[in-house]
Amino acid sequence: MVNLVTEISRYLMLIIMVLYTILNFYVLRKNDLRWQNRVCRKQIFLVFLLQCLGYLILYLRTEDTKILAFYGFQVAFFLMYFILFKTIYPQCSRVLLSNLVFLFSLGLLMITRLDFDRAKKQFAIGVIACLITLVIPAIIRHMRFLSRWAWFYAIVGIGLLSVVWLFGSTSYGAQLTLSLGPVALQPSEFVKISFVFFTASMFQKGQSFGRAVITTAVAGAHVLILVASTDLGSGLVYFMSYLFMIYVATHKFWYFAGGLGAGAVAAVGAYHLFDHVKVRVAMWQNPFSDYEGKGYQLAQSLFAISSGGWLGLGLCQGYPGSIPLARNDFIFSAICEELGVIFAICLVLIYLGFVLQLFWVSTWMDVLFYKIVGFGLAVMLGVQVFLHIGGVTKMIPSTGITLPLISYGGSSVLSTMIIIGVIQGLHLMKQNEVEEIERRAVEPEEPEEEREGEGRFR
Amino acid sequence: MVTYFFVFLFVGIIGYLGYFTYVKADEYRTNEYNSKRQTIFADRFVRGDIVSSNGKTLATTTTDDDGNEVREYPYGSMFAHVVGYSTKGNTGIESLASSYLLNSSINPFVRAVYELRDKKSPGDTVVTTLDTRLQAAAYDALGDNKGAVVAINPKTGEILAMVSKPDYDPNEINDIWDELVDSDNKNSNLVNRATQGLYPPGSTFKVITALEYIRENPGTYSNFHFDCDSIYESGEYQIRCSHGVSHGEENLKEAFAASCNGAFASIGETLNFASMYQLCEDFGYNKQLPVNLLSNASKFTLKDSSSLWDVLQTSIGQGQTTITPLHNAMIAAAVANGGVMMEPYVLDHVENENGNVIRSFSPKTWRTVMTKDEADLLKDLMRAVVTDGTGSNAQGDGYTVAGKTGSAEWASGKDTHAWFIGFANVDDPEIAVSVIVEEGGSGGSVAAPVARAVFDAYYEAKNS
Repeated sequence: MVNLVTEISRYLMLIIMVLYTILNFYVLRKNDLRWQNRVCRKQIFLVFLLQCLGYLILYLRTEDTKILAFYGFQVAFFLMYFILFKTIYPQCSRVLLSNLVFLFSLGLLMITRLDFDRAKKQFAIGVIACLITLVIPAIIRHMRFLSRWAWFYAIVGIGLLSVVWLFGSTSYGAQLTLSLGPVALQPSEFVKISFVFFTASMFQKGQSFGRAVITTAVAGAHVLILVASTDLGSGLVYFMSYLFMIYVATHKFWYFAGGLGAGAVAAVGAYHLFDHVKVRVAMWQNPFSDYEGKGYQLAQSLFAISSGGWLGLGLCQGYPGSIPLARNDFIFSAICEELGVIFAICLVLIYLGFVLQLFWVSTWMDVLFYKIVGFGLAVMLGVQVFLHIGGVTKMIPSTGITLPLISYGGSSVLSTMIIIGVIQGLHLMKQNEVEEIERRAVEPEEPEEEREGEGRFR
Repeated sequence: MVTYFFVFLFVGIIGYLGYFTYVKADEYRTNEYNSKRQTIFADRFVRGDIVSSNGKTLATTTTDDDGNEVREYPYGSMFAHVVGYSTKGNTGIESLASSYLLNSSINPFVRAVYELRDKKSPGDTVVTTLDTRLQAAAYDALGDNKGAVVAINPKTGEILAMVSKPDYDPNEINDIWDELVDSDNKNSNLVNRATQGLYPPGSTFKVITALEYIRENPGTYSNFHFDCDSIYESGEYQIRCSHGVSHGEENLKEAFAASCNGAFASIGETLNFASMYQLCEDFGYNKQLPVNLLSNASKFTLKDSSSLWDVLQTSIGQGQTTITPLHNAMIAAAVANGGVMMEPYVLDHVENENGNVIRSFSPKTWRTVMTKDEADLLKDLMRAVVTDGTGSNAQGDGYTVAGKTGSAEWASGKDTHAWFIGFANVDDPEIAVSVIVEEGGSGGSVAAPVARAVFDAYYEAKNS
């Protein structure tokens, strides 16, 4: 009986995943907010359904009633979050909202399966992050002076990264974390945001060649410190994001191409200079050349993905625990193993849709600063997803990076939620402008302040 | 542009994931290090059947009413080494085809139905290149001797039969295991002698010596002559022909047919061993054979002519040189196939429960080891072995055979290992055979008849 229920749930989960993915692209068909909201209501229904089935399987397989309680808390919180967000920001992008909750809840489900205690911690961090980031869209919308702080962002960014480089604790061969009492932070996750704000502020003021050189020098300093701290994944994420930002700012394709060329040269240089880069490349070429040592993780990841096949082995029926760090740097492999490659492909499509949505919000922005911020942050997420999935599947050398919103890790979750908050803020600004124009057309004499206030408290 | 770039990247990931799952996954899934997950597959699939090319079941799984599974091998010990066993680790085909046997390529919906009913899905069937009629002939002909027989199709590399003795009954592997691995058991029953046994090639090596001589003396090899008085003396050493026979005045073909040690030792003295070493490596010595059964690499070590004794010994297939029966079959097959050595293989195709072919394996050329002309010259020499020389016992009715015998010395005071390598028909070779009978004595009288039994079985099956 248990088997019957878990097997049916398994296939239902796959069907729900496919439906959600289809809706995620379907919603982009019409740029009509009301219509989009209707589609997103269906998506949100699917989020809860998927979560329900997932925890049902987990409960039936483990018979741990605490899992049911955990599930209950999650449903309550996510419902509350949806309502709260929509109440505070009635014009928010529902697509972004449902994707955020979808990805985060899917991550929680997977982490619960892998390590229940860590899942509880992740949930707690998620709750705090969700609540904190509620204010982000408002900050973006109202604090127009954010674009004037270029050097402040640069100093904070380089300062934090340097501190980690010099004093950070080393874990799994990379200096990433900074311990402040009981809290261990990964500053590179947050400097991502200040880095994008810095670049956007610089180019907001002008796009002269001299300015581009100065900006590139500071940006390069960020990347170099990251590489020196052996955080190659983040270094690459920053680098790619910068290339796209400079292109969006200047529309000069040769900046982008030249940067890409310089990056390739730098990559070859890094390969010869740093042993850890050589090791990563060697393990990518053949993880079995050092199976017991450095290739173990990738080999286990490939075993997991290949064993799962198209349909997956089913939740709690594989051995994703055999992959070291399955909960963060290798969570995609765990998903492939138990939920299947079809499910995983849907996940890639959802991320693609998500990143495209972020791009479109950014494209609409009239002010260059916001446009660059939007693109920069969206590229960061996109590249991160690519590096994570490419790395664990042996498509590219592994860089050891988290899958946004799904992987375990407080800094990663909080920073991704801030990024999405920022983009929600951009979306709101645009909606407001649109509405403003519409209102002016209908009631041209209405004073501005009143309308703003109304919008906020509706 | 940014958008297209990311669409491209992500579509790339999806393409790669699909490729990985469709093409590469099997390789990783069945990796020996992934043993933990193999148990999961055994819980989900009923291990599939292994079938011979003529449609006989070599291994199957039966399930009783209580759901207990038994792996059965209807031919008992006849296919012990090549098919292997799967209840005490995996060996042979049971190992190399494990990913197909423990996987079900039936329609995913049908599979879902199986899973919903909490039933195991039927594993895929692996159809091999082995023919039970040839296998039985080789198995019976080898009798109680220790040794091995390999038969391959020279044009494709398909392994048609592979016997190794002493053997064991894979149906009882768990009961007899302790006995087999006991240190008092000197029989090495578990070793597949066909692919792992390393024997001195004896006179079968003269195929290589003759080829090297022909290459070094392109215009003049046909002028070769030698007067054999049963003992060839060079420096302080003596090389004797077997049974003290004097072959008298002979040319290259006659010396080859009579397997005259004196003639070939004298040829060896004239050879450049640096190029001989290269030739042997070209033929696959010192290399892992391209076969996915557990195998050992044949060895050829002599690199120069500095030691006369080594030169004399090596030229007639003694000394440090060792070879596996499979490799020797490949050499015979290369001569038969105009100089092209094919990769030997034993899996023909994989079918799902409904008999649809899921994957089929095609012949692959390993390397071209000599020209067509050289192969024809060797073929001519080998034909003479059967018509006018030591290998006459390999000839049966209704087909023509070419080959080479060998009686390899391996320990003083012990009887020689009997070798025969050869192929039939001479004009259109369809089957190449390699036989070794440990301590069998003379190759011509002991090994050649075993080869003949296999040839007979092949042509009987073909003509029936």
